[in-house]
Amino acid sequence: MLVPVKWLKDYVNIEDINTRELADKLTMSGSHVDSIEEVDKGVSNVVVGKIEKITDHPNADKLVITNIDIGDDNLQIVTGAKNINEGDYVPVALVGSKLPNGMKIKKGKLRGEISNGMLCSAEELGINSDLISKELKNGIYILDEAYPLGKDIKEVLGLKGEVIDFEITPNRPDCLSIIGMARETVATFKKELNIPKVKINNEVDDIKNLVNSIEVLNTELCRRYYTKVVKNIKIEKSPLWLRRRLIESNVRPINNIVDITNFVMLELGQPIHAFDLDKINNKSIIVRNAKEGEKITTLDGVDRKLDTDMLVIADRENPIAIAGVMGGEDSEVTENTKSILIESANFDGRNVRLTSRKLGLRTEASAKYEKDLDPNISELACKRVCQLIEEIGAGEVVKGNTNIYENKLNERELILRPEKVNSLLGLEISIEFMIDTLNRLELKSEIKDNKMFVKIPTFRNDIQIETDLVEEIGRIYGFHNIKSVPLIGSLTKGGKSRNREIQDYIKNSLTGMGLNEITTYSFISPRAYDNINLPGESLKRRNVEIMNPLGEDYSVMRTTLIPNMLDVLSRNYKYGVEKAWAYEIGNSFIPKSLPMNNLPYEIKTLTIGMYGETDFFYLKGILNKLFDLLGTDELEYIVEENHKTFHPGRCANIIYGNYILGIIGEIHPDVLGNYDIKEKVYMSELDLDIISFITKLDRKYNELPKYPSITRDIAIIVDENILAKQIEDIIKDNGGDLLEKINLFDVYQGKQIPSGKKSIAYSIVYRSFKKTLTDEEVSNVHDEIVSNLISELNAELRK
Amino acid sequence: MKEKIQELRSIVINELKNINDLSSLDKLRVRYLGKKGEFTKILRGMGALSKEERPVIGKLVNEVREELEKRIDVIKVKLENEVKNDKLKKEKIDITLPGDKISFGHRHPLIQVVEELENVFSKMGFQIVEGPEVETVYNNFDALNSPENHPSRDKSDTFYITEDILLRTHTSPVQIRTMKEKKPPFKIVSAGRTFRFDDVDDTHSPMFHQLEGLVVDKNITMANLKHTIDMFIKELFGEEMKTRFRPHYFPFTEPSAEVDVSCLSCKGEGCEECNGTGWSMELLGCGMVHPKVLKNCEIDPDEYSGFAFGLGVDRIAMVKYGINNIRLLFENDMRFLNQF
Repeated sequence: MLVPVKWLKDYVNIEDINTRELADKLTMSGSHVDSIEEVDKGVSNVVVGKIEKITDHPNADKLVITNIDIGDDNLQIVTGAKNINEGDYVPVALVGSKLPNGMKIKKGKLRGEISNGMLCSAEELGINSDLISKELKNGIYILDEAYPLGKDIKEVLGLKGEVIDFEITPNRPDCLSIIGMARETVATFKKELNIPKVKINNEVDDIKNLVNSIEVLNTELCRRYYTKVVKNIKIEKSPLWLRRRLIESNVRPINNIVDITNFVMLELGQPIHAFDLDKINNKSIIVRNAKEGEKITTLDGVDRKLDTDMLVIADRENPIAIAGVMGGEDSEVTENTKSILIESANFDGRNVRLTSRKLGLRTEASAKYEKDLDPNISELACKRVCQLIEEIGAGEVVKGNTNIYENKLNERELILRPEKVNSLLGLEISIEFMIDTLNRLELKSEIKDNKMFVKIPTFRNDIQIETDLVEEIGRIYGFHNIKSVPLIGSLTKGGKSRNREIQDYIKNSLTGMGLNEITTYSFISPRAYDNINLPGESLKRRNVEIMNPLGEDYSVMRTTLIPNMLDVLSRNYKYGVEKAWAYEIGNSFIPKSLPMNNLPYEIKTLTIGMYGETDFFYLKGILNKLFDLLGTDELEYIVEENHKTFHPGRCANIIYGNYILGIIGEIHPDVLGNYDIKEKVYMSELDLDIISFITKLDRKYNELPKYPSITRDIAIIVDENILAKQIEDIIKDNGGDLLEKINLFDVYQGKQIPSGKKSIAYSIVYRSFKKTLTDEEVSNVHDEIVSNLISELNAELRK
Repeated sequence: MKEKIQELRSIVINELKNINDLSSLDKLRVRYLGKKGEFTKILRGMGALSKEERPVIGKLVNEVREELEKRIDVIKVKLENEVKNDKLKKEKIDITLPGDKISFGHRHPLIQVVEELENVFSKMGFQIVEGPEVETVYNNFDALNSPENHPSRDKSDTFYITEDILLRTHTSPVQIRTMKEKKPPFKIVSAGRTFRFDDVDDTHSPMFHQLEGLVVDKNITMANLKHTIDMFIKELFGEEMKTRFRPHYFPFTEPSAEVDVSCLSCKGEGCEECNGTGWSMELLGCGMVHPKVLKNCEIDPDEYSGFAFGLGVDRIAMVKYGINNIRLLFENDMRFLNQF
């Protein structure tokens, strides 16, 4: 919301307050200032001049020499401008002047001819070119009147003062007007509000003679429809004061009628539309929903197709305006307009917003209407338009009005307990201060039985309950003036849930093992399931779908984090990163039922992905260490040949007791192909909810051994399909109490080993906690292991 | 006899002058002072001396021996030190050669900030809780007093799964869950992923992160809210940081405020980053829990009051680490992550 400070001063006396202070205090009372801009944007030493003579430049075809009268002097200025004529009044930048674009004007010669200054375009004066008529956009800004020569251009064009840009919160549509901001200023600075008196001096004829009928068919979407008529219109350029106000507010002046409607919209916050009455078919207005297939050409010249949810203003036959959004071209006010119908209406905010969004057409009017305006300002605003038309002599106001307003919105009353104010804000302020503050905000209040009875005017529809009034008092008192007080009362225990503690522990452990934490989107493309080769019938394809995704790439909630991990590895591979070791902890989303009628399961999932300086067993080692740290080291790895994402010979399910914790494997070459990765990738995905459940972070000390251990090595030759786990199971089964640990130290195939066989070697550590073992005792157990390996696995002892 | 002893002493002292290594020194010691050495021989020949001479000579021999042994020891220590120093010299390495590569991972900067924020609040007695990313429209909007026609409910703002289920647009539904599940008093914070219909650009992402806080108890005031936020900001950014509470509007709090914090770049002096204002704008939104929200959770607003606050974690992480493009946070380029 742009507020020219000068304009604000018309309604509230703030001569004693500088703009910085104004902005700071209003910010602290709830109207956040985004920026303050100088209207002149740094223009200095630019004056009005008249072009006396234009002569050709002797040395340049594209330049001319002008002779400029600036009142007390005559200047020769060389220019390349095309749009100038002798007798034109133009802005002249004198030698030594500064322009907003940083340019400084110096004495000089152009192609040998003296040039003592510069003729300026609007843009060079820092005027937004949108605010300038098309003819003046390219070239020198030809002034529209014979202003006094030598006068400062800033005064002539109103390039003076500052404009404050306020950020208005959506609950305060009343502040989207100069008058609204004046009210805030009054409350903040304890001033008086001077509202302009709306009075029409002379009215002629009668609206009944000029308008046939006005009907509102949908009073829910059109809460009020107020009109007046003005005839004998003289369309002209607006007076300078009016154009200045608009330009300062970043609105382009067009003609007197349009400018006045815009002025009143800025001043009071009520959008106004003026129809050319003679172009309204049968002089009848019907406010109704658009019909299927109806079309309208709006003021901007665009043909727009309407639908039945949209509200239109129509004559007997066709829509002539889209309610609250934009008028139609056919009934536009033009140079030839003689009579106008002034509409000051109130439309349903939501409907205006949806219509504007559907049409992709957001206007000043729709932006205001969509916040739901006060229907009680319609009349005032309409009359204000008439008053201004009368004042500038642009037409004759017609007697009477039409006013369709079925459900009148009335002032409400709220009860405010003073103790509620103090207990919520943590203050001890008096009831008198509260009353005073409320009155400053035009919330008229009185005290009865130590309670305040507060009248809420309809333009403050945001105040609905007692607490809203507490906020009003609080913000005027100033939140920054509330002294902070430590929380007291019941002690609460801080901290994290067990699951979170475990997650954090896992993250720290994996970080220590060299993995980087990543974070990726919760939604993926359904094509990701194809990329990771999930079969069509896979349960992982049953997922939570987003109705209105940003695009297919973000359209379903992931049931696995593997595709995202592959995306990240693929991106890093593409960037030439030699080694990428990463993990992510995130949710997998599993629907409870499809179609969804309740929230899905959100399963905490840990996914590890690696390429570079790693292999299957490195990743397995990471997992083993991790589970060791989590106190759940008795894992089993069971061969998995059917998971299509993984290499069929290099994949395993990870089992703990009865639980499947997840999967580990090398990514299938086909999948790697889909992701353009030409390195082997190892990945594991684990269910953290189950892992958290079985984690044992408590530690108990185990007594350290007092007696020495004895180590025996064993090397056997077995069939190559025998798994290490089979051998280890036999060792464990026969090792008894004396077996302390087994370490595999060699697996070999090749020379000296028959084909189809492999050599595998372990060192086995024996120890007793009761005594020092003798060779004989160890041999008894060890020989038992050997003979069982031979008999059960057909193993051959290697010498 | 005496002369012989003195002569021997001089010989040894002379020879010692030319000794340069430990083995010669040891040989010399054995030759003169060893079990079969010269001095031993003298002692053995003492039988031929008179009764009177014997103790005198004996004493002299022992004195000279002791003296020589001391001299030898001094030289020995000196030579040993030389040997040691030689060895150390030879063991010299080029300490500018690179260190071995040690693998150590890096935490994601965003999640680091989440945890840092959580830890600050944990120390202040807040419990850390979690809420689902897929939420009900009721928890995300209705129960939080969001107006029925609020633009944020549009399909152009919010991702919907069904008419009643959506991807949460903020972490505030955790407030509703907490108030419905627990009886006051409580102090909780909850951080997590949130979603809005925003195309990806330098500063926007359809997924981002928030942290939500909620305190409900008897007699909770705005003064308590200010104190809590002040403490948190000082703990996170440093004691010198100031806060500024500006009135604002949120549907689920009343009164509501936005909090500006001393500019994180210039600490309040005024710089380009903060447009000379000295403030980092809109770092945090907060307010007193709206009585309708309390009622929606069956908490009597005349008995209990509370405050809530929320902040965007991504923005804090970006400011903290000087990251100028939010995409970097979700691309997971290892060269980026390795910097944290």
